[in-house]
Amino acid sequence: MYNSGKVIMGIIIFLLFVAFPFYYNIGRVIATPDPSLDTPVINELVEKKCVEPREFMRVEHMTMLNDWKDSAIRDGRRAYINTEGKLFEKSLQNTCMRCHSNKERFCNECHTYVAVKPYCWTCHIEPKEKKL
Amino acid sequence: MKILFPFFMVIALILLVIAGVSGAKMHFLFGVVIPYAALFLFVIGVIYRVTKWAKSPSPFCIPTTCGQQKSLPWIKQNKLENPSSTAGVIGRMALDVLLFRSLFRNQKGELRDGSRFIYGSDKWLWLAGIVFHYTFLIVLLRHIRFFTQTEPFYLHFLETFDGFLEIGIPKLFMTGAILLAAAAYLLLRRFYIPQVRYISLPADYFPLFLIIGIATTGILMRYFLKTDIVAVKELTMGLVTFAPVIPDGIGALFYIHLFLVSALFAYFPFSKLVHMGGIFMSPTRNMTGNSREFYHANPWNYPVKVHTYEEYEEEFRDKMKMAEIPVEKEPIK
Repeated sequence: MYNSGKVIMGIIIFLLFVAFPFYYNIGRVIATPDPSLDTPVINELVEKKCVEPREFMRVEHMTMLNDWKDSAIRDGRRAYINTEGKLFEKSLQNTCMRCHSNKERFCNECHTYVAVKPYCWTCHIEPKEKKL
Repeated sequence: MKILFPFFMVIALILLVIAGVSGAKMHFLFGVVIPYAALFLFVIGVIYRVTKWAKSPSPFCIPTTCGQQKSLPWIKQNKLENPSSTAGVIGRMALDVLLFRSLFRNQKGELRDGSRFIYGSDKWLWLAGIVFHYTFLIVLLRHIRFFTQTEPFYLHFLETFDGFLEIGIPKLFMTGAILLAAAAYLLLRRFYIPQVRYISLPADYFPLFLIIGIATTGILMRYFLKTDIVAVKELTMGLVTFAPVIPDGIGALFYIHLFLVSALFAYFPFSKLVHMGGIFMSPTRNMTGNSREFYHANPWNYPVKVHTYEEYEEEFRDKMKMAEIPVEKEPIK
């Protein structure tokens, strides 16, 4: 092999890039998120249901919150009628966070896991949770 | 045919996943076995290609010279276009790799007024090429979110700029859309420029269709037909920690995306895409233009049996003198 020193250096750099995810995670605890529904309000609910079905909320909550924001702030339409015909107020702090009062253990659980930083709290007041 | 064959290859790959995942429920094959196999092929294949190139001798000093070579002290050398030192070669290589300098020189010939053939600068290919490569890089770097438990420092920095238009939620990442647009340009240029169409082969179209497929499925998953990304990350983290899991609730769209990426990785070393490593191995780019300064020995040279004049004269001196042929060295009397 000609210029073997340089070529081997190049191959090592290539391997360091490709293998990055494999060695970067060594020694780090891989915690699967487990959002908690254990809040006083949810515990008191007879029928534990969010505004829309769980599967929908899981993948579409951000779109829904964005639609809520747009229609509530821009058009003043604050009433949301869900697929079951029930009425909700379009409000992050008064509707969502009333049940899910545990931002740390609910919202952040998944958001931290997938390294997402939603910008809810640049306008809304972040709930102050009692540290246990 | 040259276009349709690679196009239907990509369609066939997609249908294969739909059949395998939605039909035959082979999630483990498509989610774990194939990605590992593809990565293995990619790494081994690239190393194989690079070492094979490194084993090939370069008999001649053939750097491309686009400027004045180092010559007499009063002739100004073009140090970047015709580098005579390793630093110059690294500088030129860096410009080529990072800014596509040689493509920037791209020209286009055109027949004007029926008889006048003129050349003009043609930067569209350079622009689309560089935009395509950089957006692809950023998209790739952004995907680190799926492969690390705690994200590296650059991720949020990158995303802030990438999504600074704050269109919709999830925020529109410009690079994804631009990548698709650039790839579409590179494809359309092969369709519509007759000369380029003439020299385009299935091997040119296939990676383009594949990359367009990857970008499209990715964009669909992020903005339109959403997938459960917590479950996706469980799968990808399982892959990088060698503890593979197949979580429930991941749609076929994700498996299509993953399979097309796997196909790209596996195809990489055996195709034109390996120019990623090849650019560094090109003699026209990595050799120093110092052919006047140093003798470039052909590594293929084998020892040639020679009979020098001195030896010749030594052998035939007596006969030469008898024939009155002048000799250089008189024999010692």
